[in-house]
Amino acid sequence: MPTANLVSKHFGNEKARELDWYRAQGGYEAARRALFEMQPEEITEEVIKSNLRGLGGAGFPTGRKWTFVPKESGKPNYLTVNADEAEPGTFKDKYIMTWDPHRLIEGIIVCCYAVGIHTAYVYIRGEYVRPYERLRDAIRQAYQGGVLGEKVLGKDFKLDVFIHRGAGAYICGEETGLLESLEGKKGWPRLKPPFPAVVGLFDCPTVINNVETISHLPNIILNGGEWFAELGADRSGGSRLFCLSGHVKRPGVYELTMGSPMSELIYEHGGGILDDRQLKAVIPGGSSAPVLTADCVDLSLDFDSLAKAGSMLGSGGVMVLSDSVCMVKALSVVSHFYAHESCGQCTPCREGTGWLDRILMRILEGDGRRQDLDTLLSIAEYMQGTSICALSDAAALPVQSFVTKFRSEFEYHIQHKSCDVENPEPALAL
Amino acid sequence: MSSNFQFTPENLEEYQDILRRYPVKRAALLPTLHLVQAQHGFVPAEAEQFVADLLDLPVVDVREVLTFYSLFHRREMGRHHIRVCMSLSCWLRGAGRLKRHLGEKLRVESGGVSADGQFSWEAVPDCMGACEIAPMLQLDKDYYGNLGNQDVDQLLEGFNGPPGDPELE
Repeated sequence: MPTANLVSKHFGNEKARELDWYRAQGGYEAARRALFEMQPEEITEEVIKSNLRGLGGAGFPTGRKWTFVPKESGKPNYLTVNADEAEPGTFKDKYIMTWDPHRLIEGIIVCCYAVGIHTAYVYIRGEYVRPYERLRDAIRQAYQGGVLGEKVLGKDFKLDVFIHRGAGAYICGEETGLLESLEGKKGWPRLKPPFPAVVGLFDCPTVINNVETISHLPNIILNGGEWFAELGADRSGGSRLFCLSGHVKRPGVYELTMGSPMSELIYEHGGGILDDRQLKAVIPGGSSAPVLTADCVDLSLDFDSLAKAGSMLGSGGVMVLSDSVCMVKALSVVSHFYAHESCGQCTPCREGTGWLDRILMRILEGDGRRQDLDTLLSIAEYMQGTSICALSDAAALPVQSFVTKFRSEFEYHIQHKSCDVENPEPALAL
Repeated sequence: MSSNFQFTPENLEEYQDILRRYPVKRAALLPTLHLVQAQHGFVPAEAEQFVADLLDLPVVDVREVLTFYSLFHRREMGRHHIRVCMSLSCWLRGAGRLKRHLGEKLRVESGGVSADGQFSWEAVPDCMGACEIAPMLQLDKDYYGNLGNQDVDQLLEGFNGPPGDPELE
């Protein structure tokens, strides 16, 4: 059965965020088992076997990431949980922190014990005030209930968990931008190497994992890595939360096993296309993921299948566009976002995102030139692989895919100074 | 240099608690700025010096961080602050209409404060992480979604208390 409820089963349940209720349902049993019945290396081994991958967007194998932390650095190790959920189209971590904060805390304990970490920071975006309050209250309960603190669940293992609130900057979701921000600086990403696993927060070895990734750990401990791997697809273990939005009848968060068909997500869970229109395009993994045409409904939702189709599973943010959408305007909304959020550190990104935004705006205002499409594509090409972090690439990929796959719409706009879609949603800045 | 800004006794205690979370003092900068804004409604220039003194930082470092992050305000806002999400999923579901309506309703453009000082608002290009309730906005701490024009009118009505003392909040 492709639907799953590994991390979503308590969504909507008002009681689940209470420590006593969570424990009565078997909560913190996985943490207890990890602490008292397993060696740290065994935990990492199970996570490697599980094929759990980074669900913030990059999809890096979680267990392997942990093994990059040096054994004897002589420095403290840190865990930073990335809750700076800001990739356009993504809203799943909000649900975990709002409805099931103890699952996240339990996962943090498992990770910290496996890697030898005594301090964890949850970096949560500043806009998420209510989810922050929920998580803060759950952490308080956990300290009071002996789940966190000097002796975690009675074991001679100390663990502190702190929440650090961001203040409105997309770039801080990039892991080294996040570290800079946590250290009290503007979120300018760092050159890699050294990688955060070796030189991370406060120059110490640091694991950075997404909220949902961490929240899968309790189930992996309870049921084993092989069980999790088998639930999913090749090399993408278990399930994940998909954030379905845009032109569907029932937008929302749906947990499906990896490898489930796109058509099931959009038509069964999402109820099909809004106003019973035709599907035009899907952006399958947050706005950085290259857009797919309507025939993508046959694809499987896992990291490798979408990479093979020239896009990416990314953050699980699936945005659906019906045939009412003008693709020039849609791209301009996306490109305006990246121009606004480029941190300004690297020239190709700072200048490139600005030019993409301005050229698209010029086309929409009726001042498009014949050579503009080639200019857009050439800027997008020069923006890839030429900057410190991936924001530049993330801004270039949508432009490449929109202009390539829907080129006639762009040409029509330049030629006729208007849209070839009937009654489209107006452009934002016009 | 001295500064006219001071934390209330409760917030000074909260600040001490913040400091204990980090091995490096500077890491307390963002939470300290959040605390200033929670107390004062925005971060006035004199508070920059206050925070710099607290954390042993040059004031220019405080300014640099303050201006990098979009949630910090450096001037007085309305009693209630509204942020309208303009990201793709919200745009697909009518964020443009929502933005136009709010501007007409409050009779001020994005970035401004209504004449009675009750509301300030801005249209933000970054996704607020609530595409399932698009189009949406954040009013103070809460998210409101699936908004038609009438919903917005009702929402604003509910927050339209007598203008004046923010202490009453």
